Amino acid sequence: MFKYVSRRLAYAIFLLFLLSIVVYLIFGLLPIDPARISCGVHCSPATVLGNRHRLGLDVPLYEQWWRFICGIFAGRTYGDGAAQFTCPAPSLGYSFPHNECVTNVIAGAFPFTLSLAIGAFILWMTIGVSFGIIAARFRGTFIDKAATAFVLIGSSLPTFIVGLLVYIAAFLMHWIDPISQGLWVSPFSDPFGFFKNFIFPWITLALAFAAIYTRLTRGNVIETSSEDFIRTARAKGVSERRILIKHNLRTSLAPLVTNAGLDFGGLLGGAIITESIFQLPGLGMISLKAVLHDYDLPLIMGTTLVAATFIILFNLIVDLAYAYLDPRVRIA
Amino acid sequence: MSSFLEVKNLSVAFPTEDGIVQATNEVTFSVDLGQTLAIVGESGSGKSVSNLAIMGLHNPKSTRISGQAIFNLESGPIDVLTAPTETVRKMRGSTMSMIFQDPMSSLHPFFTIGNQIAESWLLHNEGGKKEARARAIEMLDLVGIPSADRRVDDYPHQFSGGMRQRAMIAMALVNNPKLLIADEPTTALDVTIQAQIIELIKQVQKEFNMAVILITHDLGVVAEVADHINVMYAGRLVETGPVDDVFYNSDHPYTRGLLNSIPRVDSFHGGRLSTIPGQPPSLIHLPNGCSFQPRCSYAKHVFGNKCEISMPELSQKAANHLARCHLSEAEIISATKAGA
Repeated sequence: MFKYVSRRLAYAIFLLFLLSIVVYLIFGLLPIDPARISCGVHCSPATVLGNRHRLGLDVPLYEQWWRFICGIFAGRTYGDGAAQFTCPAPSLGYSFPHNECVTNVIAGAFPFTLSLAIGAFILWMTIGVSFGIIAARFRGTFIDKAATAFVLIGSSLPTFIVGLLVYIAAFLMHWIDPISQGLWVSPFSDPFGFFKNFIFPWITLALAFAAIYTRLTRGNVIETSSEDFIRTARAKGVSERRILIKHNLRTSLAPLVTNAGLDFGGLLGGAIITESIFQLPGLGMISLKAVLHDYDLPLIMGTTLVAATFIILFNLIVDLAYAYLDPRVRIA
Repeated sequence: MSSFLEVKNLSVAFPTEDGIVQATNEVTFSVDLGQTLAIVGESGSGKSVSNLAIMGLHNPKSTRISGQAIFNLESGPIDVLTAPTETVRKMRGSTMSMIFQDPMSSLHPFFTIGNQIAESWLLHNEGGKKEARARAIEMLDLVGIPSADRRVDDYPHQFSGGMRQRAMIAMALVNNPKLLIADEPTTALDVTIQAQIIELIKQVQKEFNMAVILITHDLGVVAEVADHINVMYAGRLVETGPVDDVFYNSDHPYTRGLLNSIPRVDSFHGGRLSTIPGQPPSLIHLPNGCSFQPRCSYAKHVFGNKCEISMPELSQKAANHLARCHLSEAEIISATKAGA
């Protein structure tokens, strides 16, 4: 077990390493000069050169990459003399548009993304799994048809439409204050304010997922109910209720762990549309801005690596959880 | 004197979009404690369906069941087809047990063998988990699982096919049932394992003095273990009697056909296995008259076209031996000699 986990972790680090190379190569190919962008509209060639040196862009690409890697472990110092500043380890570089170390920018954005992901996750898992079970239990009845309609609507409406509808509803209910929306409210000091800030983004993000998980759960429960071992349980005299809860759900819900883990891990990289609609400065929104507006390569590099780390990490967690749930999956 | 289980006029039908599938039609039989009844017939002849009805395992929404299946228990007779579902549920696994064709998929993959046997015991007995576990080990030992006290914590995938079927039998027997229904218990197993499982069923039947209903394709198995045999065709009982009678003096052309289609090592007739021509009929549109008539080589020996007009009754051909054929035993024998 320990051996397996450490092997997977080593593999994950190797993967991230490769990813950083790929991202640097893409940057090298882009016809964008961060040094030019960083000094504004009126800019002398001398300033550009100075900036290039300060940003460490005056060395070959492979050396830039190597400095980046070293920075993660040892921190990084930019510029010299009075203008010198340091991004302590783990440094992911320096973001000029933000005038801050990338690590700090990400650390500032992450609470929004994390809160959004956790709340939406709880919401969609609760709705999806319970709707799915109920629909399967009352298969073919009005309840099942209503659930199917929910699945159809939820999974076919694009997030930006859902988001706008929810936003309008929230605005009309005076639940959303466009001015304070983007400010961080700690769930520990002001739980109500936090809830108020996030409930509509949660609904927006959760709707499509809830629809998908309803469909998955319903399908799995129905499929399992025709398994031979369910008939065996019935032949033993197990009650229908216990068959559903003990014998059926255990098998039906185990595969959902895979989907849930990967979806959640993916969301930790940022939910671009939802964050943008509700003006939540999470990872999705800062990445979008970095790509479209600022050409902020160090920040893109940082958010890419953070998102990839979560996806790889949750892949591992999912595999471990699945092995725990299904005894047939042995970890050697 | 009534038998332990008496099934009277049991019919099971499944309404479908294409019409009503009459899977079992007016089947009557009985089986006593200590007795083994074999039910044979082609796939779709209603063997399993009638027994699932006795166990109460059909979905009531999609099935129409009529008739009676009376268990003559010490506490009095119970008709499981009309008894409240809760009563029948409590009888399942305690009074009556069933083992199935495919032991690979019949055990829950996520729970240990011991856990699954213990669950069955806990459902029908007052007692704690420790006791249930001890009982599970005892049962596994009884069905011949080596080092049962260790294997009890194994998962089904750690057992071989034969061992899983043994575990299924252990689970079925944990509450000392009076009736064991074995639905093709050896079909999915290796030939060498098949013999062991049949031997085990024979042995536990003696030990528990149970009534056993054995559903099978395998006439060799029938000859070995059964006392009585029911031959089914297209949902109906076509022949019933003591095994030796039915085997040596078959009174129904279908039974003769089944027996002739067994490959034999000792008689080599130029290589070709004899078969019954044609296909089993659709259970929605049965042929007129006798259901077997389109495939029957004896029909031409019946006067006129009686076979195409009337369904023969299940009638006495010899002592204790009934068959559903217009021909008498003597007529069948002479027709066979004439090369039917």
